[in-house]
Amino acid sequence: MHRAGRQTIIGLFTLLGMAAGQAAAEIPAARQAELRYLLVQDCGSCHGLTFKGGLGSPLTPEALAGKDPRALRDTILNGLPGTAMPPWRPFVTPEEAAWMVRVLIEGQPHAR
Amino acid sequence: MRASGGLPHFSRAALAIVGAALLAACATVAPRGTGDLGIVIERAAGRVHVVDTTARASLARIDGLGDLSHASAVYSRDGRYAYVFGRDGGLTKVDLLESRIVKRIVQAGNAIGGAISQDGTLVAVSNYEPGGVKIFSAQTLELLADIPAVSGPDNRPSKVVGLVDAPGQRFVFSLFEGGEIWIADARDPRAPVLTRFANVGRQPYDGTVTPDGRYYMAGLFGEDGLALLDLWRPESGVRRVLPGYGRGEQKLPVYKMPHMDNWAHAGGRAFVPAVGRHEVLIVDETGWTEAGRVAVAGQPVFVIARPDGRQVWVNFAPPHNDTVQVIDAASGKIVHTLKPGKGVLHMEFTPRGEAVWISVRDEDRVEVYDTERFARLATLPVDKPSGIFFTARAHRIGL
Repeated sequence: MHRAGRQTIIGLFTLLGMAAGQAAAEIPAARQAELRYLLVQDCGSCHGLTFKGGLGSPLTPEALAGKDPRALRDTILNGLPGTAMPPWRPFVTPEEAAWMVRVLIEGQPHAR
Repeated sequence: MRASGGLPHFSRAALAIVGAALLAACATVAPRGTGDLGIVIERAAGRVHVVDTTARASLARIDGLGDLSHASAVYSRDGRYAYVFGRDGGLTKVDLLESRIVKRIVQAGNAIGGAISQDGTLVAVSNYEPGGVKIFSAQTLELLADIPAVSGPDNRPSKVVGLVDAPGQRFVFSLFEGGEIWIADARDPRAPVLTRFANVGRQPYDGTVTPDGRYYMAGLFGEDGLALLDLWRPESGVRRVLPGYGRGEQKLPVYKMPHMDNWAHAGGRAFVPAVGRHEVLIVDETGWTEAGRVAVAGQPVFVIARPDGRQVWVNFAPPHNDTVQVIDAASGKIVHTLKPGKGVLHMEFTPRGEAVWISVRDEDRVEVYDTERFARLATLPVDKPSGIFFTARAHRIGL
C-alpha cells in the first residue's frame, strides 16, 4: 500500500477509535492476522466471504455506514438474541471486537 | 478374401490414419466413466478440483467460479456435469471430463444451494437475495421459472433454504423468515404449481428428504423441533417432530449453522443435529418419536450416515471444528474420535462407503480415511477446501 493510502487509513483508525471511545489499543500483528482469519472464515460462514451477506446481514462498508461502532462491537461480543448471531465474547476481547468493527467499516478484512 | 496373409498393405495404411485421427480426437479426453469422480470446492479461490476417488488424486483444477463460500453441487444423471451453486448467485455448469466450465450465469445476488429434478432436465436454485427459487434448463441454463418466496398478509420476503428434489418432478424447500414449506410441482417447468404449508415452525434453517423421497424434514433454528412433511400424503400437512427437545434449557451459542445435507438414515432411525445443544438426536422413523440422543464433542454441523448405515459421522462448529466423531448406529455410542486438523468443514463418503474424504480448511488439505480402521489413506493439498461432492449423488433422490 502506498504511503498516502496508509496515512489515510491510519487517520481513519484514529477517528473511528475516538468515535468508539476507545484508547487506540495496539493489537499485536499476529493477533490481527488471527482476527482477520476469524472475520473472513467464521464470520464469512454466515455473512459471506465478501461480506455481502448470507443468512447473516451484509457487513460491507456501505451496509455499515451510519451505524454506531460501539453497538456493532457489542453485537459481536453479545450476539443478537432471537437471531442466528451468537456471542463471540469467549473468543475476542472488547478491544479486539472494536478493531474488527473498524476493519469491516474500512472494507479491509482481506488485507494482510 | 484370402483366408490367410493378413490385410492388404493399403488397408493397414488406412487403419493407421484412422487410428491416428481417433487418437487426436481423444487427446483431451481419454474414454472413461465418471462414477469415481467428484469435485472439491476451494471456497476462497473460487476454484474446484476434479478428483478421482479410486486413485485418491486431484485430476484438474478449474478456475473462475466466483464466491464459493457455502458452495454446493448437484450432478447431471450421466455423471458428467456438476452444477455448482455459489454464494454470489453464480450457477456454473462444469464438465468433469474436459475439466472446463461449460456455462456460468449469475442468477441472483445471494444464493445458498440447489437441486436437480428427478429426470435430470431441470436445475433449481434457492436464493437469499432476492429470496426465492429459480428453475433453469439443465441443458442450457435458460431461466424457465422464477418463484419469489413471499408469505404472510404483507408478502414478506424470505430467504429460501433446504431445497431438495422429490419424485414427481417436484422441488421442496423452506422459507427461513416465513416459517413455511413449499412444494413446487415442475412437470410444466415454465408454470410450476405451488403447494404451501404455513406455520411449520420458527426459522427453518435447512431441509432434507428421505432416500426414498417420501418424507421432507426441515430443521428449526428458532425453536426446538423439526418439521416433517409426508410427500406421499401432502394433504395431511406438516407435523412437528421432537418438539421441545431442548427441555426448556438455555441454548448454547451456535457458531456455525448445522446442515441437513443428506438424510442420515441408519437402521430405521434418522440422526439429526440438535441446535444449541452438543447432541445428535435420534428419531424413530416409524413413529417419528425420539429414539435417543448422543452427547458429542460440540455443536454438530454435518451428521451423515455411511452408505451402509452402520456408522454416523459428525463434524462440529467452532471452536470444536478440529474434531470428527463416529457414532455406531446400532448402539448409539461414539466408537471413534478423530482430529483431522483445524477447520473440518465437510465430509463425503465414497459411493459404497469404504472411505471418507474430509476437508480441513485451515490446514489446506483434504484427508481420506478408511472408515473401518480409521487409518489415513491419503492427503491431498487443496486451498481452503470446503464442500466435497462425488458423482454418486447423481443417482440419489434429494441430492
